[in-house]
Amino acid sequence: MKINSPLEVYKYLPQTNCGECGEATCMAFGSHVIDRSLKLEDCTPLLEDKYKKKYLELGELMAPEIREVIIGVGEHAVTVGGDDVLYRHQLTFFDQPAFAIDVWDTMPESELVERVTFIRDFKKFYVGRFLRMDMIAVRSTSGDPGKFRDVVSKVMENTELPLILCSLDPEVLKAGLEVSAERRPLLYAATKDNWQAVADLVLEYDVPTVLFAPDDLDTLKSLASTFMEMGRYDLILDPGTNPQGNMLRESFENFLKLRRAGIKEGQREVAFPLMSVPLTAYLTGGDAVSSSYWETVLATVFTVRYGDIMILHSIEPFALLPEMHIRDTIYTDPRTPVKVEPKVYEVGSPGKDSPVIVTTNFALTYYTVESDLASNGIDCYLLAADTDGLGVEAAVAGGQLTGQNISDEFKKVDFDFNEKTGHNTIILPGLGARLQGDLEDATGMNVLVGPQDSGQIPPWMDKNWPPKPK
Amino acid sequence: MSKKIKLSELGSLFNGMDVEALEGVTIEGDIELEMDASGGLNPQLAYMLGHETAQIAQHLINISRLMGYPVDQLFGSMARAAVPGVARPQELLRSKFEVARMDEWKNPIQEVTLGATSADGGSRGRTITLGGENALPYYFDSPMPHRNYVTMDVFDMPIGMAKAVKVNYEDVIESPAEWAKKVVKDFNADMVTIHLISTDPNIRDTSAKEAAETVADVLQAVDVPIVIGGSGNPDKDPEVLEKAAEVAEGERVLLASASLNLDYERIAKAANQYGHVVLSWTQLEINAQKELNRKLMKQCSVKREDIIMDPTTAALGYGLDYAYTNMERIRLAGLNGDDELSFPMSSGTTNAWGARESWMVKSPLKEDSDWGAREYRGPIWEIVTGLALALAGNDLFMMMHPGSVAVLKEITQSLHGSLERDTVDISNWVTAEV
Ligand code: SF4
Repeated sequence: MKINSPLEVYKYLPQTNCGECGEATCMAFGSHVIDRSLKLEDCTPLLEDKYKKKYLELGELMAPEIREVIIGVGEHAVTVGGDDVLYRHQLTFFDQPAFAIDVWDTMPESELVERVTFIRDFKKFYVGRFLRMDMIAVRSTSGDPGKFRDVVSKVMENTELPLILCSLDPEVLKAGLEVSAERRPLLYAATKDNWQAVADLVLEYDVPTVLFAPDDLDTLKSLASTFMEMGRYDLILDPGTNPQGNMLRESFENFLKLRRAGIKEGQREVAFPLMSVPLTAYLTGGDAVSSSYWETVLATVFTVRYGDIMILHSIEPFALLPEMHIRDTIYTDPRTPVKVEPKVYEVGSPGKDSPVIVTTNFALTYYTVESDLASNGIDCYLLAADTDGLGVEAAVAGGQLTGQNISDEFKKVDFDFNEKTGHNTIILPGLGARLQGDLEDATGMNVLVGPQDSGQIPPWMDKNWPPKPK
Repeated sequence: MSKKIKLSELGSLFNGMDVEALEGVTIEGDIELEMDASGGLNPQLAYMLGHETAQIAQHLINISRLMGYPVDQLFGSMARAAVPGVARPQELLRSKFEVARMDEWKNPIQEVTLGATSADGGSRGRTITLGGENALPYYFDSPMPHRNYVTMDVFDMPIGMAKAVKVNYEDVIESPAEWAKKVVKDFNADMVTIHLISTDPNIRDTSAKEAAETVADVLQAVDVPIVIGGSGNPDKDPEVLEKAAEVAEGERVLLASASLNLDYERIAKAANQYGHVVLSWTQLEINAQKELNRKLMKQCSVKREDIIMDPTTAALGYGLDYAYTNMERIRLAGLNGDDELSFPMSSGTTNAWGARESWMVKSPLKEDSDWGAREYRGPIWEIVTGLALALAGNDLFMMMHPGSVAVLKEITQSLHGSLERDTVDISNWVTAEV
């Protein structure tokens, strides 16, 4: 973004305060444009012909420093890049890194289909949505264009996920493009040796491409300048991911340098999304588990520091789960609130025999407990006690969760145990076990200590609910 | 960008090409042509003309047209189609990449040394120095003077542990001294943390005096610098840590910890009196961290070289985003000149074992894909949690699983530049059989 104050945005807006965008004033809209929570196109009057010039100018000024590149088509298309800051707390990072898992053209067909299906379907529920993998990278290991074409077709039969076509031989890439161009795959890659022929493919098929210049930022920038000269801006830069030792350090530095040049110094030729290939962990000759671990380690390093798209090999859940989570960690918007409103929530449709469970108002804690209960069909009342956004363990240690203040919380929201329940029982989280006595004293209720992890609530309920009369 | 070429050079470029039809063109003088990509060539045409000369041919056509030569008849529709197209340069446009170093980072992070050898009145075999950075970790702006270190957890009583962790300690779980020896000898721990959890009145209520004996045993058993942790009970910890500080006099241990919810003055005083370092612990709140550090320095006279911060570690998937950004902000504030935040940091990375992904047999949610074998999930959870914080600026890691420790050391030392490993040829990774 070239401008950063709502006032500067305001200058380009219709200034009628018409409210079409959902904001009361153009100025308010301007501040949402700056924090990128609303798009220019949300101001529909701005799209009218008479404002066209201003719209285009403002669009230019508001473009993110790192260009966005779209791979694939339709609902599965992924957008990468789009960042404006070097540290997430300065705004937020946009367009989380796209994770591609590889397949190769010397795989037996049954294995190929199984692998693609697995990647396509793998998912993990997290804070209200599913984490997933995004793409398939098809590698030509045979070097045979015909084989490559067949495998690309086979992959497309089995998934709509966008593709990366990987070969340094333009003939092979062309064979892949012949069957997949309408899906807008990403080409991997143009290098200093093959760039002319790859450029011809890019021009002919109008697809995005990766520029690959391992350990050589001069060449990488030269390639980018050359492709820009041809009017190609859907470029992704791969400076190489060395898997170990000092060369890994050098790769890490290259990512830092490229991103700093792109965001801080506005060097347009390198202001493109960056690709990392943690798969190189498999070139170090370790056993399967060590290689998979190391691949996750590399994916973590380059998720934290500026990788925008990655090619990975391991499909072990112990690799996919932490990879998806570290990506979510870094790309989740730090401006969204940490806390949920402190109150008693109803999970399912609770009645007189339903349990009353205590947790805290830290958003992650609350959503975890809530999804465990809902997913297992447990109807209950769930108190999100106001711990100022701390989890149970921290709040107990820090004194934000005590018997007295849990009691106060129920009173504050007028939760009437006699009216709502027939059991006068409160269930404390296992990590708050030490509050049991205090809470009994403060409320005069029967207090049970639940499991340490809300995932264990179902078996705990089987054993402990309904409560036995004293 | 544009490239200039003299018209007189065109003849040689066209040598051997089937364009004799253009021979009738005569041009007076030596005109310079601007080769501008924006008026380029349709790829189709480029293909038909041959790549090498496509761009020049296009410009020649345009020039010829300008001068009234009937190129359109000559090339037919091809020439017209050519106008809006894009040409490919023949040569790589050579450029050099450069980027500046950060000039805002002017304030170094405080160096803090843990442990004391006999020369300094202690009995440790070696000391460990943290901090001293002038840049974010592993950045090229300024070399990082000290690598990251790992202190491994030892408890003063058997505790519940994830299965993957427990199998490593079953033989030593009853003896803190043996446990300490094991982590140093077998698991390559740089330091040992003795957690005096049994002192909690709600657990065993072990007396401060008895706990201090455990500390003495550990100091006897190993010669690495140590961290002494209380039980986390704010009423009991000051007394426990005072006694522990006393038996460890002169050893420059790290006292864990002083926090705003207990009598931090007593901890600070014990550290000053017996020559130790204070761990300043706050809960994911940069302003609280500033406040506590300020109180330790101003109100309790703790010297700058005796403070390490623990801004709290939340596990991957359970608040690591807050922990990560909190640490990154603290480190950047320190580098940018905030002297209330320019201290080395320590992470309770062991907290990663609280994440259900690290210990549960399977997902509690029916909708999830299979989580796979849990013995591999736990260690990588601890590694990724620690590694993210290493990148945010954390210096010292409190950890539990020997495998996690090995991998975290490998990656942090690789990024630090202190590990030699073979160079791997990555130029053709695409075709690798893996
Ligand atoms: S829609 Fe546009 S003109 Fe109307 S209030 Fe919003 S910003 Fe202003």
